[in-house]
Amino acid sequence: MEFLNSILIKPFADMVAAPDFLLQVLWEGLVAGVLYALIALGFVLIYKSSRIFNFAQGIMVVFAALTLVGLHERGVPALLAVPLTLLVMFLLALAIERVVLRPLVNQPDIILFMATIGITLFLVGLGEFIFGGENKVMITEQLGIPTGSFTFEPFGGFVSIEQKDLTAVIGSGLLVAALLVFLNKSKMGRAIRALGDDHQAALSVGISLSTIWVLVWFIAGVIALATGIVWGARAGVSFALEVIAYKALPVLMLGGLESVLGAIIGGLAIGILEKLFEIYWGQPLLGGNTETWFAFVFALIVLLFRPQGLFGEKIIERV
Amino acid sequence: MNAHSGVEIIAAPDDGIAPGDKLMEVKNVSLRFGGVKAITDISFDVRKGEIRAIIGPNGAGKTSMLNVINGFYTPQEGTIVFRGVERRAMKPHHAVRQGIARTFQNVALFKGMSTLDNIMAGRSVHMNKNLFWQMLWHGPALREEIEHREKVEEIIDFLEIQHIRRTPVGRLPYGLQKRVELGRALAMEPSLLLLDEPMAGMNLEEKEDMSRFIVEVNQQRGTTIALIEHDMGVVMDLSDRVVVLDYGKKIADGVPDEVKSNQQVIDAYLGVAH
Amino acid sequence: MLYRTAGQFKTSYAADHALFPVRQDAWLLGFILLVAYVLFPLTASEFTLNALLVPVLIYALAALGLNILTGYAGQLSLGTGAFMGVGAYACFKLMTIFPGMNIAVAIALSGFFSAAVGVAFGLPSLRIKGFYLAIATLAAQFFLVWLFEKWAWLYNYNSSGAIQVPNVSMFGLTVAGPGAAPVVKYYFVLLTVTLVTWFAINITRGRIGRTWKAVRDMDIAAELVGINPMKAKLSAFAVSSYIVGISGALFVFLWRGAAEPNLFDIPLSFRVLFIAIIGGLGSILGNYLGAILIVALPVIIGSLPAALGLPLQSATIEHLNVMIVGATIILFLIVEPHGLARFWAIIREKLIMWPFPH
Repeated sequence: MEFLNSILIKPFADMVAAPDFLLQVLWEGLVAGVLYALIALGFVLIYKSSRIFNFAQGIMVVFAALTLVGLHERGVPALLAVPLTLLVMFLLALAIERVVLRPLVNQPDIILFMATIGITLFLVGLGEFIFGGENKVMITEQLGIPTGSFTFEPFGGFVSIEQKDLTAVIGSGLLVAALLVFLNKSKMGRAIRALGDDHQAALSVGISLSTIWVLVWFIAGVIALATGIVWGARAGVSFALEVIAYKALPVLMLGGLESVLGAIIGGLAIGILEKLFEIYWGQPLLGGNTETWFAFVFALIVLLFRPQGLFGEKIIERV
Repeated sequence: MNAHSGVEIIAAPDDGIAPGDKLMEVKNVSLRFGGVKAITDISFDVRKGEIRAIIGPNGAGKTSMLNVINGFYTPQEGTIVFRGVERRAMKPHHAVRQGIARTFQNVALFKGMSTLDNIMAGRSVHMNKNLFWQMLWHGPALREEIEHREKVEEIIDFLEIQHIRRTPVGRLPYGLQKRVELGRALAMEPSLLLLDEPMAGMNLEEKEDMSRFIVEVNQQRGTTIALIEHDMGVVMDLSDRVVVLDYGKKIADGVPDEVKSNQQVIDAYLGVAH
Repeated sequence: MLYRTAGQFKTSYAADHALFPVRQDAWLLGFILLVAYVLFPLTASEFTLNALLVPVLIYALAALGLNILTGYAGQLSLGTGAFMGVGAYACFKLMTIFPGMNIAVAIALSGFFSAAVGVAFGLPSLRIKGFYLAIATLAAQFFLVWLFEKWAWLYNYNSSGAIQVPNVSMFGLTVAGPGAAPVVKYYFVLLTVTLVTWFAINITRGRIGRTWKAVRDMDIAAELVGINPMKAKLSAFAVSSYIVGISGALFVFLWRGAAEPNLFDIPLSFRVLFIAIIGGLGSILGNYLGAILIVALPVIIGSLPAALGLPLQSATIEHLNVMIVGATIILFLIVEPHGLARFWAIIREKLIMWPFPH
């Protein structure tokens, strides 16, 4: 009874007893969720256009953040460092398409997947080689991101919202909106979406596959930089950042590897749920740090009941 | 027939049904995918020892019918009676255990495995030595392996595919793949063999070979065969009775000559408006 | 004419089913075993044994386990490291609870624990396929490593949170722990690996191996020839995790000597996956070739600058090392996606033909 109470009743009683704290937790979860959604979107774009499950997305976040901070350390003004970093990410996309993807075209999925792990290792080594392995501080203020915080007092309590988090949410929201417009309105965007449905048909429209690949990897690079700035501002710039990209994986399980909408909703859901679970169940009952696995186990359980994911269509198998 | 009279092919298992009696009966089967009707209220039977053809234009529901018979799809209405046992839903591997084997319209071989391994995989249902013996290899597991290997070699001889025994099937030409697939189905020793377009995409010579194999399997082993085929010449020559489907409905059923002269069948095949 | 197969005729299916139908293969294996069992122990230095030979064997064993699941049964797993951890912790607990237990028995038993955990996390494979399953195995990876950290009972409430291997004797000889001679450890690992490899070869070429490959190549067709896909997949998870678990126990008891939870984290899983893929999926031999490459490469890179007289700092070498390993992986995937085992198969075919071109 005591046990049931502690897992079924007490957490909810705690939520009701301190609604201001609950709001704070939800906000923290939302911020994380926005970032997961953003990274998952990078995955989805690459998967849709090339059937590549890009494990390097995580290290691209680190690499982008390191480049930005590294350039600033070497005396480049912050606002110039951003476009320079974007240029680096573009060159990276170009190099990956040339050196890795083109020779591996038409290989089985698992080979391409392994190649992205190879890319991951290479970038880890390269990043450490150029910028050193020690932790760095994100140049938040230099980029003009406000660092103060707003406070509210709802329900007679206290909620604090960091301005940089708010900036992150708004910035990410704008980036996602821009991506959606690009995918739905531009010719290139439509080509990317068509590629997900039918390779041959998309190619017959007359857009070169290499161009699309470079473009989606560059978009993934832009997303990586945005994530790197935001998360770096919260947690510092180090290779530990790579871990947050892993969180995009259960988001993909939930939302489907090819669904843009699934990535967004799945990302927000996982960000919020894992925070709630950690605060109300994980810390009091399981010794905490459940955020490392909660999202995966949650997605796994959902998939057991809905193998096609939350947004996938039911698959009719044929022979 | 004489060409292979020296080769003893594995006999079909005794299923307790006398030749000429109903081996399988399809009763009022309907199958839908969402709102799309693939099969509507179809009934027919297959008698032991016969070659039964299922024909019809593209999209008539032929392959769906085979999928229902071997348990891959579960019909919303109706049942299948096989060897006197009635059922609606079952797993495909259970259907195999009951004695239904099949080949596929688009060859469904195990591409990374050799011809030998593909046909040996068809023997899986008849093998049972557990992991422990498999691990040691010698003793019971090896005896079992050799015993089944001998039966598989008989099939390989029968189908004249000795020379490709060790070749990964992914590298074989289409006609040979179809033959290996037939071999795999024969290795299951079925009482009912379902063939989904066994001659699709074959040249004349390959078709003749395949027809010969089908007739020999039927006559020498007494295996009952239900087949889908588009080549009308082949169908009318090979089969004892023909059932005709169109838009998921049965429009004719009988011996080849009856079916050939049926006006509805002629309309369906010539594409005359309904 | 080294590899002349002409004149070698099989007169029975039993002879055809021998491990090496071609005589030269048997000689080659005999030679390799001779080198492994006699030459290396007599000549190898302690450093070679500890830093090269023992880890090559253990990693090869882990990759063999993974290869059964991914290469033979077609189920991609990213959680190998955590399953190695299950084997290691199980062995540690068995040795603590039954102090008199023979370590060979403890290691053999510990595999059953990882097999059970493997089957539990393999259950989703019945409904989830491909990359979705791969992500699902990450659930095992992250959850288990968290558990190794939080469940203090596993490491006997040790304040450091790590497990430490004591001196363990077998028949009066110290085989594990700080006091064991490297050559003794080497023999222990070599014997285990030889035995498990032989078992694995037998399983993969028999009925169960065929059901795995059938499910890998086309799972729907496998079901339609009467193979129960559930049995095939779960048996692959069980056998694979058993071998991976044993390799984990060897990893800690016969090589590292101590382990913290994060040792079993995702980099270990990936290292084993690299070995299996670079070696060749669906091959037994490949695991050894892959392990030799992945273990030896860093050692060689690490010693090169000193040999060439380049004044590089050890951290720099470490970074270059990671880069080179990453680049090597990509290079190998481009040059031969089927792995080193395929290289050997091609060379062997050439040797059979040699000196005639056809």
